[in-house]
Amino acid sequence: MANIRNRLLLILGCVLVSAWALFPRTVIERVKRDGVFVYDTVKRVPLKKGLDLQGGMHLTLEVDESKQAVADKAEALDRALKVIRQRIDEFGVAEPVVQKIGTDRLVVELPGIDDPERAQSVVSEAAFLQFQITDRTQALERVLARLDQAAAAAGIRSGTQVATGDTARSVGVTSLFGGDSAAADSDSAAATTPATPSAGLFTSNVAGGAVPGQYVVPIEAYDALASALNTPSVQAVIPPGKQLKWGSEELVAGNQRYRELYMLDAKPIITGEYLIDARPNTDPVDGNVVTFTLNNEGGRRFKNETAKHLKENMAIVLDDKVMTAPVIQSSIGRNGQITLGGGSLQAAQDLALVLRAGALPVPLKITEVRNIGASLGQDSIDKGVRALALSVLLVIVIMIGYYRFAGTLAVAALALYVLFTAAVLAGFDAVLTLPGLAGFVLSVGIAVDANVLIFERIREELDAGKSVRLSVDEGFRHALSAIVDSAVTTILSGAVLYQYGSGPVRGFAVTLIAGVVASLFTALFVSRTFFMLWLQQTRGAKALSI
Amino acid sequence: MIRLFSKTSYDFLRFWRIAAAITVAFVVVGLATFGVTGGPNYSIEFTGGTLMQLEFKQAPDVAVLRSTVESAGVAGAEITQFGEATEYTVRAQDQASVDEQEAGAEGIAKKIETALTERFGAGEFTVVRTEAVGPKVGAELRRGAILALILTSIISLVYLAIRFDWRFGTAAVLSLVHDVVVTLAFIKIFDIEVSLTVVAAVLTVLGYSANDTIIIFDRVRENLRKFRKATLYDTINRSINETLGRSVLTHATTLAATLALLFFAGEVLRPFSIVMAFGVVVAVFSSMYVATPLLLFIEARYPRGDEDKNHRRGAADEMQALAAAGAGAKGGAASKARKPAATR
Repeated sequence: MANIRNRLLLILGCVLVSAWALFPRTVIERVKRDGVFVYDTVKRVPLKKGLDLQGGMHLTLEVDESKQAVADKAEALDRALKVIRQRIDEFGVAEPVVQKIGTDRLVVELPGIDDPERAQSVVSEAAFLQFQITDRTQALERVLARLDQAAAAAGIRSGTQVATGDTARSVGVTSLFGGDSAAADSDSAAATTPATPSAGLFTSNVAGGAVPGQYVVPIEAYDALASALNTPSVQAVIPPGKQLKWGSEELVAGNQRYRELYMLDAKPIITGEYLIDARPNTDPVDGNVVTFTLNNEGGRRFKNETAKHLKENMAIVLDDKVMTAPVIQSSIGRNGQITLGGGSLQAAQDLALVLRAGALPVPLKITEVRNIGASLGQDSIDKGVRALALSVLLVIVIMIGYYRFAGTLAVAALALYVLFTAAVLAGFDAVLTLPGLAGFVLSVGIAVDANVLIFERIREELDAGKSVRLSVDEGFRHALSAIVDSAVTTILSGAVLYQYGSGPVRGFAVTLIAGVVASLFTALFVSRTFFMLWLQQTRGAKALSI
Repeated sequence: MIRLFSKTSYDFLRFWRIAAAITVAFVVVGLATFGVTGGPNYSIEFTGGTLMQLEFKQAPDVAVLRSTVESAGVAGAEITQFGEATEYTVRAQDQASVDEQEAGAEGIAKKIETALTERFGAGEFTVVRTEAVGPKVGAELRRGAILALILTSIISLVYLAIRFDWRFGTAAVLSLVHDVVVTLAFIKIFDIEVSLTVVAAVLTVLGYSANDTIIIFDRVRENLRKFRKATLYDTINRSINETLGRSVLTHATTLAATLALLFFAGEVLRPFSIVMAFGVVVAVFSSMYVATPLLLFIEARYPRGDEDKNHRRGAADEMQALAAAGAGAKGGAASKARKPAATR
């Protein structure tokens, strides 16, 4: 009898431990309050929900080698990981995950974000800042004809009819920009660019802009020009020491939209590596801006360089796009400002954030995005819980209906099974996903199998004319090998799934394995104890309702 | 006390020809559809591409939705209603879209969302789910899934070979292979989208079916020891009959759970649930009509030769031989029916 007491104590202990593991506890975590993330203590059940249940975003990033090969990818990724982690911390996400997978991939998980697009750009933007002086030697005009030839040789034509010499419009553009900028006294480009009909791709589409080195291109010709400029044979025509870069925004004049193209000195006077601080700001004249501060060395260089280029235009280039190209009025020291044009204050905030966290050491590209809205996640939870409740109910009805008294013992064991499985999941910090929830529902159906095997065996032993006590003993003993065998095969296939599955499917494997382990314990130990207890109470009953 | 199928003595094995014909027909139809319409319908995860689940305030005109997506420059997108009338999925899985995502997986989703916002207005719809996978990641996942299937089969073979002997193990694994093939045929015939979750369902079906086979084999092993004079044919039939009550109950509870998932767990889990429900049926079928006839054939071809000799030497010797072989020996003198095969 001491044996039974010890068994009961052990079961009680397991129940208490499980209950404690699942009890809502206070944890410190980042929560969102009035749109701002703060650390706070919250009370919650310590079961972690996967991205597919609570909503959120999963990103896989890879080194982008389409422009240039990267020598030491693993090392560069380590640095990129630090930068991204810092950006995300400042962006504010509850419990983010940033992980390196293998040697060439980063996985970023952002639970509970509500603006996926913004989060995406905060993570993947390179934020490489350069300051380059715009060209004032009309380098582009001198090579326009050769650019045309190279483009024609490469077989690139303007996809639209703009190239058929809309001279009037080109002239209009030139005068438009020449006219509205009195400062553009050196805008001699205007004189040279009116396109001649039937001229080449560049000649007919590129018109001089407001400042030296700036040009405008009708939006219709943008695609053709951009692809021409990506062609090596066309690039070779660009004079050495110069670079062509696109502006970041569209310009609108009348009902025609344009893209800006800049000819720049290739060597930047300074880059963003000296930047130590960046803040969003709203300027009455320039709109939303980001003001930045350089460190002492950067400030000194910046001052020297800008002094050399007084009255010239300095393009502020972010990720190879020209943001603005203001005139240097006087030498600039440690502080500067980036004008965002039409950008929102939020865009300014995000830009300041990525500049502060630093540039990514290598360009990254997104190879996988999974984004689940929070409402869909909640919906999945509701439906999953409904299916779980229903399957438990059906199993209870079947078991009690078929096995009567023994069935109630099995159902009691099943209740403990659900408790233990949940506790194992909480204890191992496993993540509950939607397929995991399905696995849980399924495992309730499968978990009774062990009980069924035992009960059927007991029935057989009873039929063979054995006493109740002996039949129960034999039933448990003979059913053991089949139960263990089937548990092991399930665990093995679960382990394989865990090894080769990704996120949600891993959750499935984990619940499957936790379920099998819990079912082994409840069927072989808990049910057994219940039977022993019952046999003791009835002093070896003559009949068993099974 | 309710008792289903207790003390039955059906001759299950008698119908193995019919069963084999059904399976073969099913697999042939499945393979034929593979031949006609190509491989199965892989999900975004495996092929790469973009899937967006959209929830509209008011049920949109599908034609307008389609033209909007096309105007975004995504030509081959598939648009389907997803559950309710206000919910749609847009699936860009064609080669052009997938190739475009080589440069960055998020591009197409962005293009579609911008076009939809322009057409329907900002607050009129929400993107509740986006999945965009680059081609490289997709290919890797596909490799992983195939590897997982093969590995599970090998591990099961090794385990069963250790627990039983190789005849049982081979029969069980061949029946697992049968399960995979039949399930794939089912997936193909009913055009179920193969996602990672469905692969998980197939692996679960494998585990479940192996479980079922093990339970019958376990009983066969036991009965071989108990009724040494009986033929293997009779022993197998007896074992299936004896485990019938358990089979009915377990399959009933599992099916109950599966149907609960199928009808109440929502659209996302539906492919998983359908495959799982089919899997329960396959498990029943294959453990009764695939694994056991296979065992019979293997025994006929490769009988337990040494034990056969023992049998002829007499019961006492046989007992000794069995004891010597220990727990690993799968008892059971080959039946009289097997003898001709043994001496051949």
